[in-house]
Amino acid sequence: MSALLFLAQTVRIAIPYLFAAAGGAIAERAGIVSLTLEGFMLGGAFGAVLGAHYTGSAWAGLLSGAAAGLLLGSVHAVASIRFKADQVVIGVAINLFAVGITRFFLQLAFGSSSNSPRVVGFGSETAGGSAAAFLTNPLVWLGLAAMPVVAFVVNKTRFGLRVRAVGEHPQAAASVGVPVDQVRYAAVIASGALAALGGVYLALDQHQFTDSMTAGRGFIALAAVIFGRWDPLRAGVACLLFAAAETLQIQLQAAQVIPSQFVAMIPYVLTIVAVAGVVGRSTPPAALGKTSE
Amino acid sequence: MTPANARTRAIIEESVLPPLVALVVALVAGDLLIMAYGQAPGVVWRTLLEGTWGNSYGFGQVLYKATTLTCTGLAVAIGLRAGLFNIGAEGQLAAGGFGAGLVGLLLPAGTPALVAIPLCVIAALAAGGAVGSVPGLLRARFGAHEVIITIMVNFIVLALLNYFVAAKLHVPETLHTPEIRAGAVARLSAAMPAFHGSAANWTIVIVGLAAAAVWWFLFRTRGGYELRAVGLQPDAAEYAGIRAGRVWFNALTMSGALAGLGGVNFVLGYKHYYEDGFTGGAGFLGVAVALIGRNNPVGVVLAALFFATLSQGGLAINAMVPKQIVEVLQGIVIIAVATAVPEVRRLLRNAVSKRNAAR
Repeated sequence: MSALLFLAQTVRIAIPYLFAAAGGAIAERAGIVSLTLEGFMLGGAFGAVLGAHYTGSAWAGLLSGAAAGLLLGSVHAVASIRFKADQVVIGVAINLFAVGITRFFLQLAFGSSSNSPRVVGFGSETAGGSAAAFLTNPLVWLGLAAMPVVAFVVNKTRFGLRVRAVGEHPQAAASVGVPVDQVRYAAVIASGALAALGGVYLALDQHQFTDSMTAGRGFIALAAVIFGRWDPLRAGVACLLFAAAETLQIQLQAAQVIPSQFVAMIPYVLTIVAVAGVVGRSTPPAALGKTSE
Repeated sequence: MTPANARTRAIIEESVLPPLVALVVALVAGDLLIMAYGQAPGVVWRTLLEGTWGNSYGFGQVLYKATTLTCTGLAVAIGLRAGLFNIGAEGQLAAGGFGAGLVGLLLPAGTPALVAIPLCVIAALAAGGAVGSVPGLLRARFGAHEVIITIMVNFIVLALLNYFVAAKLHVPETLHTPEIRAGAVARLSAAMPAFHGSAANWTIVIVGLAAAAVWWFLFRTRGGYELRAVGLQPDAAEYAGIRAGRVWFNALTMSGALAGLGGVNFVLGYKHYYEDGFTGGAGFLGVAVALIGRNNPVGVVLAALFFATLSQGGLAINAMVPKQIVEVLQGIVIIAVATAVPEVRRLLRNAVSKRNAAR
């Protein structure tokens, strides 16, 4: 198989990770735990299918998917920032809620417990995996751009400096006049929309919503953020690395060299190694998970 | 403020408030969802109650589900008492079930229940405990954050178990192991025919004893005191001569073992084989159970009954409203309790300090 095809397949698998990890990077750098990425993605996927189904337009699907992410991100933000609720608890709750609410509305809107009807996607209808469909899908380009943009925002802009400040030392940031809560709201709500776009890509690529279709991808994205030491560019590379491992596994499946379950473990094992500090410690933002009283 | 007042307030904050918030929010949000589906809330709620606490089959199912949830709730609670968040109960529960099933499969048929059941239960505790000890060790040794590690270990364990079952042990065309040869726990219906058809089994007694043991350990032993001391203030505990790292390791190992015990309920008590995916989110729901139960074993049992009622109730009302409504409610209840309880506590504290300032 050609290197180009391998690359294309890797990118195809990496796009949802890149979107979600971009969201995770920005929220975690602002000090808010991103266990919610999975829920945001699932909400985005369902929102996209609803929008695309009722309007017949993939762009409307993109917008309604992002809106679902904004909504879920706002819930996370208000609970964690305004009410200072435990962010891990809220994360678990939003993920449970996203599974439940998408199933409920799948039943309500489409009368099915497993999947939605077929909806439009980007690119030509016959596509499947063709290069043209791949290259004309705006979500592919948005996904590839997401990480560099987030990296630029976090590392080079005034807003990014504030994000890093409230994530490392909110009291110090507040003392020099940074509106800590506002910065965090912006970061978390943006993370909702970004991660949701990962779900939008999945749903429109498969032309339908299926129950729990994100299948743990939000956690792989979180693993990428942590493995990338909370640096957006490194997190992006981690996403590509994880996706390449998956691609390799799919290619080798026929040969049965390594059982697929062991390839699926790679992101998690690497992340544990990184966090345990065996090779170069991965240290989280100092104020991660703490909303000051 | 007098000590009596403080005590009353503490009881209200800790014991009454969370379940009250949970109940009210579940009712209000449930009403809205039911009406969105074009049904009358009163009728749906009545059907839910009749289908759970109103007949012995439904009640048996509630007891069965509450048994598993008590285990995962206790697991999360004991971790939080030590100041650690174990969100890997899902994988620990699965590992416990697998351990029990494997030993039950390896024992020769006809092993007396008095030998086989304890061996299988110990296997469940050991398997869950082993999974819990990994984040415990990494936390104690390297200071690695247990939330991250428990998530990651969770996925690794689930993938590993899936591999063992799918590649090595399964009955053809299924994702479950062959039936165990020994170690089956009898259904309650064998002694009380009213429970006929429900999955409730004598594991409930084992788990009840475990809950009592956890209470005794936490509040009546030196080890439990040390665990709570480290949970409240690790530095102060270290200064008092308690080795926090060791407490963290022990706490997460115990936490994993308790979650693993939950696997007994399904494997030994219900299906008599390990099945891939049998946990069905009960591990994650343990977070909710511990939260509503305020990390107290008694509260955990009550909270487990509440969530088990919702879960079984969903099946009872499925003809009127999609059963997924209860999954939505579970999420909403957790968010509401996690946000409302600290908020009310702050309001109460502000009110008291204002009153004190006015004096």
